[in-house]
Amino acid sequence: MSILVNKDSKILVQGITGQEGMFHTRQCVAYGTQVVAGVTPGKGGQEMDGIPVFNTVEDAVLTTGANVSLIFVPPSFAADAIMEAADAGVDLVVCITEGIPTIDMVKVKAFLEETDTRLIGPNCPGIITPDEAKVGIMPGFIHLKGKVGLISRSGTLTYEAVKQLTERGLGQSTCIGIGGDPIIGSQFIDLLALFQDDPDTEAVVMIGEIGGTAEEEAAEFVNNYMTKPVVGFIAGQTAPPGRRMGHAGAIIAGGKGTAAEKMAALSAAGIEVVKSPADIGEAVVRVLNP
Amino acid sequence: MKIHEYQAKVLLRDYGVEVPKGFAIFNAEDAKKAAEDLGGGTVVVKAQIHAGGRGKGGGVKVVKGPDEAYATAKQIMGMQLVTHQTGPEGKEVKRLLVEEGMEILKEYYFGIVIDRASNCPVLMASTEGGMEIEKVAAETPEKIIKEYVHPALGLRPFQAAKVAYKLGLDVKLVRQASRMFMNLYKAFEANDCSLVEINPLVSTGDGRIVALDAKINFDDNAIYRHKDSWQELRDLSEEEPLEIEASKFGLNYIKLDGNVGCMVNGAGLAMATMDIIKLSGGDPANFLDVGGGANAEGVANAFRIILSDPNVKAVLINIFGGIVRCDRIANGIIEATKLVDVNVPLVVRLEGTNAEEASKILEDSGIDMIIGRGLADVAQKVVAAIQ
Repeated sequence: MSILVNKDSKILVQGITGQEGMFHTRQCVAYGTQVVAGVTPGKGGQEMDGIPVFNTVEDAVLTTGANVSLIFVPPSFAADAIMEAADAGVDLVVCITEGIPTIDMVKVKAFLEETDTRLIGPNCPGIITPDEAKVGIMPGFIHLKGKVGLISRSGTLTYEAVKQLTERGLGQSTCIGIGGDPIIGSQFIDLLALFQDDPDTEAVVMIGEIGGTAEEEAAEFVNNYMTKPVVGFIAGQTAPPGRRMGHAGAIIAGGKGTAAEKMAALSAAGIEVVKSPADIGEAVVRVLNP
Repeated sequence: MKIHEYQAKVLLRDYGVEVPKGFAIFNAEDAKKAAEDLGGGTVVVKAQIHAGGRGKGGGVKVVKGPDEAYATAKQIMGMQLVTHQTGPEGKEVKRLLVEEGMEILKEYYFGIVIDRASNCPVLMASTEGGMEIEKVAAETPEKIIKEYVHPALGLRPFQAAKVAYKLGLDVKLVRQASRMFMNLYKAFEANDCSLVEINPLVSTGDGRIVALDAKINFDDNAIYRHKDSWQELRDLSEEEPLEIEASKFGLNYIKLDGNVGCMVNGAGLAMATMDIIKLSGGDPANFLDVGGGANAEGVANAFRIILSDPNVKAVLINIFGGIVRCDRIANGIIEATKLVDVNVPLVVRLEGTNAEEASKILEDSGIDMIIGRGLADVAQKVVAAIQ
């Protein structure tokens, strides 16, 4: 098993006819993902590599039964695109777009609360369940099917961690990039809960970074509810305060949100915290063979 | 993005927020006229830099009359103002705000931010005016009044009034203060602010509520909605020249104090690379995310920026090529070394698609560089290269 996406997931791509949307749709299809529809307003009736394109998400869902939306539209339209997908009733929205204004995401979050739709991202690499479905922009070939779940606020650092796991023969159940923005759809705790309930996940890696308190909340959750071992790494141990480190959400503000605080909270919750990003794979080996 | 106090006050005045009368000046000579135009009485001369703690650093002075205003302006203008936020080298004062003085009865704190834990804007207020909110939060959290704002409905008048009452304001001032809070929220939302902070907010001897100080930060993601107005408000002299240069090339660069230059793709991996350099006994000279492409031009520009920092004694390139193949990145690096003279040791690690092939291309290029594989391996190699 896995969480969020699998071989039966039917994906629709919002922004499928754009350069990025088209490129990554092809990569997802090549991985074996079921992409059943695309949406680009004004291009309804066309096709992209044989995938039907619709004007609205509602049309796409009604016609194809798509239940997951992958979003590649530019920042100025992305908040609306997420809400449109939720309104059309898809179960899961994965928003890759970077640069959505925070106040727009605040409104999106409020809108989503009235629906049953789960959002991953924005500003994230997406989700992959190895050998089943790739719903995002990550390189598929570095993954191996297996029993380690991975949740991360980063992109390439996630690939680094995956590579370390795969090199050691540790496959992954599902890997999720939750995004580097201050306001995101799903937090560590939401996904830790899913991994805890997934019978095929035996350990979880969480990769956090400076800014906000999501890691501290995750530590509390792990302490109270998780029986599976968790390995943690926090990026930004050397980051200066008050500076935004690439990700909009990666900032130590008013002395809060430091890596040291987060690492201490994770350790106190019994999470195996590694200081070096090169030690993530070995730490998973350790927690699986105590 | 940060703006100056005087700019924030002009913006807030447009939303009906009461701020002191004042003039921004760029030459000390203009202080005299500013003080005269303010009535010739007591004025406040305030250094305008993008950092807090200006008063304690000697950048804010209360003076009597135009002559004293001029003398004080001469003192402050051009000084290297050191505060707890500027670092020991301080920041040169190039702009001043000359404002009317007023009789202050009591100081309060008021701020609006987006609360990341509850995903909505939050008003924060406290009777501890003039103190940093972080300090109040750490020492006396019970003194912070919070009011969460519904994302769709916005701030409701009863909420603004609640905050005013909780501050213990005189009943006659509550209506005035509530109106100000409503206006501050309007300004916050309409201008895509990430912070609006009034510290202190004051009640005055003549029965008014006034925003004595004002700090506004904008959400950089929203720049497409405010391109022209933010361009006008941006003060490039407040920013690190290399960072401005890097932003022209679409590179995300932050200068640090160490000597190991870093070129990485992706913000998380870039931070992790800095961390592992430190763990290996080195000190990162910068954060730099070259982005997804990492082509010859991008790498060459990144080299130029990194090597402009005279502290840099070695450069580590750490790229995880996923969708972009490593062999193409390797060729990009080789091209870039032809465009830029890399005169310090260069350590390269390319991981991901076609990584083996890429290593071979780099080795065969004849360019002097150290090629590594693992993250720990290259971190040690680059630190060793300096020693």
